[in-house]
Amino acid sequence: MIPIDYYLWLSATLFTIGVLGVLYRRNAIIVFMCIELMLNAVNLVMVAFSNYMNDAAGQVFVFFIMAVAAAEVAVGLAILIMMYRITRTTDINILNRLKW
Amino acid sequence: MPTLNLFYFLSFVAVLSALLVVFSKNPMHSVLYLIITFFAIGGHYLLMNAEFLFVVHIIVYAGAIMVLFLYVIMLLNLNQESEPHKSTVLKFAATICGGLLLLILVAAFKGADQLPAAATEHTVGYVKSLGMVLFTEYLLPFEITSVLLLAAMVGAVMLGKPERLNKG
Repeated sequence: MIPIDYYLWLSATLFTIGVLGVLYRRNAIIVFMCIELMLNAVNLVMVAFSNYMNDAAGQVFVFFIMAVAAAEVAVGLAILIMMYRITRTTDINILNRLKW
Repeated sequence: MPTLNLFYFLSFVAVLSALLVVFSKNPMHSVLYLIITFFAIGGHYLLMNAEFLFVVHIIVYAGAIMVLFLYVIMLLNLNQESEPHKSTVLKFAATICGGLLLLILVAAFKGADQLPAAATEHTVGYVKSLGMVLFTEYLLPFEITSVLLLAAMVGAVMLGKPERLNKG
């Protein structure tokens, strides 16, 4: 049995890499993939605690998070394609029309 | 202890390919590295006896979501290294922010080795026991999820339609 804090460190590292990617890159698709990475880091720690406490609620929540992530990716990529059709780029610095 | 060695190996693969997702120049390579990361995380699920979530994770993430990403990159023809990069100052600031976040998370998890003792049996992740919980206690959220997926599908089709069709 692996100690629970190992999973916490791993999950924190993966989440930080996701945040770093969102801040570091300008390609909207890469930013999107890094958001997926962050979701997975949280899923990992949820499964770890669910297994640790032998409680099914955490794994059921992870199942729902996966469904929501699938819906989010479908809609998000559709928005991205729409923006690409208008601006001919996926550079997030161009997509600043909501900026005051 | 083979389990611990497997944990270290999977963690190493996951972190390394996650870093390569961020730092590889070609978006197509980023997607492929992200698939490797997802497989490593799936291996962690298997290590924690969560076999149902392992299968769902492989099917949904490595199967469906990553194919969607690959198709979008292919359709937008982004698989060349033409992306403009942020200035060095912004990259430096991003790295500093990431390091600070990691520091905060490590500080927040500092007492995690003093948690109460783990449960003795770990049978909750099996398909049978998880299915029992999912279809009794969480039946209503499970059904509502289908509505969410339907709404997402309709939304994606609406957004993906060409502009002139929207006006007509």
